This record gives sequence, structure tokens and C-alpha cells, in this order.
Amino acid sequence: MSSHNTVSFSEARRVAVFGGTHGNEMSGVTLVNLWVKNGAEIQRKGVETKPFITNPKAVEKCSRYVDTDLNRAFTPENLSAPGGDDLPYEVQRAQEINRLFGPKGSPEAYDVIFDLHNTTSNMGCTLILESSKDHFNLQMMNYIKKAIAPASCPVLLNEHPLLKYSTSRSVAKHPVGLEVGPQPQGVLRSNIFEAMRVILKHALDFIELFNEGMEFPPCTVDVFRVSERVDYPRDANGNIIAMVHPNLQDCDWEPLNPGDPMFQTFDGKTIHYEGAGTVYPTFINEAAYYEKQQAFVTTRRETLVASAIRKA
Amino acid sequence: RAKVVHLSRLSRVAVCGGTHGNELSGVYLVRELQKTEKPLEEEDELVSVLVVLSNPRAVQQCRRYTETDLNRCFTHATLNGPESDKTPYEITRSRELNSLLGPKGSPEAVDLICDLHNTTANMGLCLIAYSDHDWICLHIFRYLQANIPVRYIHFDFPPKEAYSLESVGKHGFAIEIGPQPHGVVRSNIYTTMKAGVQHVMDWVRFFNSGTIFEGGSVEVYTMVKNIDYPRDSETHSITAAIHPQLQDQDFCLLHPNDPLFQTFSGETLRYKGKEPLYPFFINECAYYEKGIALSLARRKCVKMPPIQVKTELEHQENEWEFASEEDE
Repeated sequence: MSSHNTVSFSEARRVAVFGGTHGNEMSGVTLVNLWVKNGAEIQRKGVETKPFITNPKAVEKCSRYVDTDLNRAFTPENLSAPGGDDLPYEVQRAQEINRLFGPKGSPEAYDVIFDLHNTTSNMGCTLILESSKDHFNLQMMNYIKKAIAPASCPVLLNEHPLLKYSTSRSVAKHPVGLEVGPQPQGVLRSNIFEAMRVILKHALDFIELFNEGMEFPPCTVDVFRVSERVDYPRDANGNIIAMVHPNLQDCDWEPLNPGDPMFQTFDGKTIHYEGAGTVYPTFINEAAYYEKQQAFVTTRRETLVASAIRKA
Repeated sequence: RAKVVHLSRLSRVAVCGGTHGNELSGVYLVRELQKTEKPLEEEDELVSVLVVLSNPRAVQQCRRYTETDLNRCFTHATLNGPESDKTPYEITRSRELNSLLGPKGSPEAVDLICDLHNTTANMGLCLIAYSDHDWICLHIFRYLQANIPVRYIHFDFPPKEAYSLESVGKHGFAIEIGPQPHGVVRSNIYTTMKAGVQHVMDWVRFFNSGTIFEGGSVEVYTMVKNIDYPRDSETHSITAAIHPQLQDQDFCLLHPNDPLFQTFSGETLRYKGKEPLYPFFINECAYYEKGIALSLARRKCVKMPPIQVKTELEHQENEWEFASEEDE
């Protein structure tokens, strides 16, 4: 461990909790609606925590999105696009959210945004990190992991130049994704709902402690860094011709070695993983990713070092 | 000894998938069956098989339905109602399917419809039918049971009011498998459905070739009632989730006072019924909008006579049999 310097951050005074970025991911929709009615649970001393439904039309339809995926919509092009009402619904929403909680990249942006998601994949409680150099977020994730031990919450780092995408939460200085599964779209499972609630509670506790002046010493955080997207085998017409193999199904975060079964064709043949080395797949068989040409994403394990942090 | 009941040959069988466009096991199985030429027929053609993608538009969009639930459009009233350019797609489609596989209630209807479905509920493999004394359905069930774990669910509706696709055939049932999220295909679930359909077709061939199927008895779950989520009186939004002790416990007997729901503030709401019943369709995604958190069934034993296919001579002599079978 070699961080010599303590990194200072200003107090995290403005925090938002986003639900319904995908309208059929029910834990976040339900929690945020609850907290909009009565937000006592998410308030902390010195912090203004705002619960917010990002995609109300999609929530009303109980669909992932109306025109386009909101969680891919926060690109610079979209955020500055003219056209007002003619723009796709989610692009309009992105601009509105950027006005309310950003502008993205500016000093006025919210300090922290938690974006609540569910997945049909067996990912447990996953924390999603967008930058390996965000020491504040790394310390938060270390705090959460320790708080819920021996239960675990894997940290997914998506810093891949091509696969990284422009999320709702990216408007904030410190974006944090909470991805909890497995849960079918449109379904509310009480165990998944409670798990997400607990993770968020610890995250807010961390912010409160930080704001009160607690110094967090240097630490390491084990992460899974996104490496590669793997699509389903398809025929010439783009139709899927194989399913995630029963040996791989539900095995998020477990090692996939060269030669291991990966897909099973509809007539029962096995297709093996032929990568160069061991990878750790995740987002295995996520419903929403069939149309994004992704059966799973591979990751590699890495240990990140977080500097000590304290408030400025 | 029970007298053997003679029933008509099952000459025409339909296997339908994609009645709900996001229930993918059936969608992919139908696609596979349509690829291979005559995959389910023997060369001596004991049976002719139609493989049908019921709701192509919904399949294309990977949604349950586009305007209205196709699998509620097969009552006599809906099938025979008026047509206009405002008629929802699924009602137009139900009438097309009725022409193709029916007409419902007529001698031209296919002999057997097998409609493929998935559920987000932890129900395993189930056959769902409108009758608890259709010997074809019950014998198929018993044959399946000898090969794979399966349950039989009975919805006690008279034919005219039966609203789902399988009611179009002279005999019919849905094959329902869960748990699977909608929009996902899980290999183990697909494999089970494929095996199930194969066993059904094997039985049909054995039956048509003259095999006597011995009498016996089977357990049947008859649907009694549904329970909705507790809801906010103003917004109608749900205010509780299925209790963690009930989640995934389909077909585990629910006793009076057992936990049903857990409110978002952590309170437990309990089953207030007087009779212990068997829950199923616990937390099925598509039923939130239908006001169903779970369904409840009574279990009973049903005795079935031995059955055998009618010979050609018997068939000709007893053409009126069709009408009297309908009346039962």
C-alpha cells in the first residue's frame, strides 16, 4: 500500500437516489416511491438526500424504456441536442436530469447519485464503479463491503473505453450503481428489495461519517474489471441459436476457464469458451441484453488501491 | 374391473408457442420445430402436427401482448363478436387461430392443442386444463408423470367461458414451466419443455396405434380463488410484497395464519382463509395488472378409466359420440 497523501473532498451535501431508470426494475421503483412519500429513512445529518424517479413514463408502462434506453442516453451529443419535444422521450429526460442534478462535469453537479437497478442475472448485490481513480467511491465501497460481511457485494468496474456507457448517475461527481439480482423484470421480490435497502443504508451511513470529519485510512478494494462482451451465437438472420449453458447459468463471478461449457444449442450441443485465460463472467443471461447482443460480459480480477480520504 | 372407454383418434395435434411473446421457451421451441421438417411425425403419419407461433407481433417485440392479452380472447363471445378497424390485434388474431385450429366447439377443431407457457413463479412443470374428467388430458398427465415431475392444475370453467387458446381444440392443455424471467431463455427450462412436448407426442402415437392405457388415479389441483396484493386506496399501487416465507413456495400447503405479504414497513400480513389451500402462480409478473398475487387450489384425487382409441368401425357407428363428449 503506497498512498502517501490523504485526498480531500468537499462534504457530500447533495445526494440523490434514482429509481426507475429502467421502468420494470421494481426494487428501485418501489423504494424511491416509498421515500418520495416519506424520506426519513434516507435522511442523514448535513445531507440533503433526494429520491427521484428518472423515467416516469417507463415506470407507468412497466417497461425498460419508452423510446430509447435512458441509461445509455447521457452522452455529450444528447445532452446538448436541440429539438425539445421532437427528441426521443429519454433524451428529453436526460437533458432535464442533467439540469436538475448536473450539469455533468461541472462544480454545480450533485456530489453523489445512487442509481438503483435490478437484473435477471444472479449477480447478488453488485456495486458498479465507473472510475478506478474515484477514491471517495472506492472508500465507500470498502465501507459497505465491511459492513455487510460475511455477506459479499462484488464491485464491477466499467472503465472500458468502448464498453463504458453514459449512465443517468454519470451526471454526478461520484456515480454509484447498485445492481441487485436475480429478479425478473416487473416482479418485486421481498428479499431483493430488502437487500438493496440495506446496501443503500450503509452507503448513506458512510456519507454521514465522512461529512462529520471521519478520516478513512488507505485501503484496497477487489474489483472485477469489465473486459469483453460475449454475444449469443446467431444464425445468418441474427436469430439466437444457442442458450447460456446450464453449467454457466447463474454462475456470475465464478471463474470461466478455456474449454469450459459456455452455450448449449437448441438441439443439445455444447459450445466451449475459447478465450486465452480465465475470466469472471457476469450479467449472465440478462433479459435486457438480448437486444444489445450480450449473453454475458467477461471481467478480470484486480485490486485497486484507495488513498486515505477526509473532508476538506 | 373398469370398462375401457373408447375415444376418437387424435389425428390432428397443434403445438403452440409465443401466445405470450416474452415467454421464450415456447417461442424458441416452436422456431426449432418449424425448422426441422416434420420433426414430430412418424413416416406412417399416425398424427399430423401443426406447429404455430400464436402471437408473432408480440414475439417480435418480446412483450406479453401488444394491445390485449391473446390468451384471454378465446371465449365464445370474443371469438364471435363484431369486427371493425378498431378491433385489437390480439382479437383479430384469436379469430384467425380459431379458423386455423377450430372452430371451437365444432367437429373440424383439431383434436389436441398443447400451448407452451412460462411463468416467473416457482411452479416447476404443470399441465393446466379446464377439465378434471377429460381422460385424454389426464392420461397424458399420468404418462408424463412417470417420466418427469409434473402437476395438473384444473380451472373449472365451462367450455364457452374458457378463455385460453387450448380451449379451441377438442382436447387441450397448457404446458406451463417456471421459474423463468420473461424475456429470458434458461437452458434447463427449455430442455424440460422440449422433453415434455416429446413425451406428449409419444403418448399420442401410442394411443393412436391402439395401446390400452390402464385406469388409475391422479392428484389434481383445482383452482379455488385468487388473492390480490394489498393496495393503496388512492393510487392502487401495491403496498406489500409476497412474504419471504411464501416466495417460491408454490404447492406448499398454506395454512390459516401463515404469512402472505410483507409490507414495505416490515409488517407481516397473514392468510385469513379458514381452509388450508395450495398456492401457485406466486408472484407471477404478468398477474400484477390482473390483480393476482397468488392463486389457491384444493387438491383431490381423480380416478380415470382405462382408455383405448376407437376403431374405425366404432367411430362410424358412433358419430354422435362427439356431441355427447362435449356435454360432459
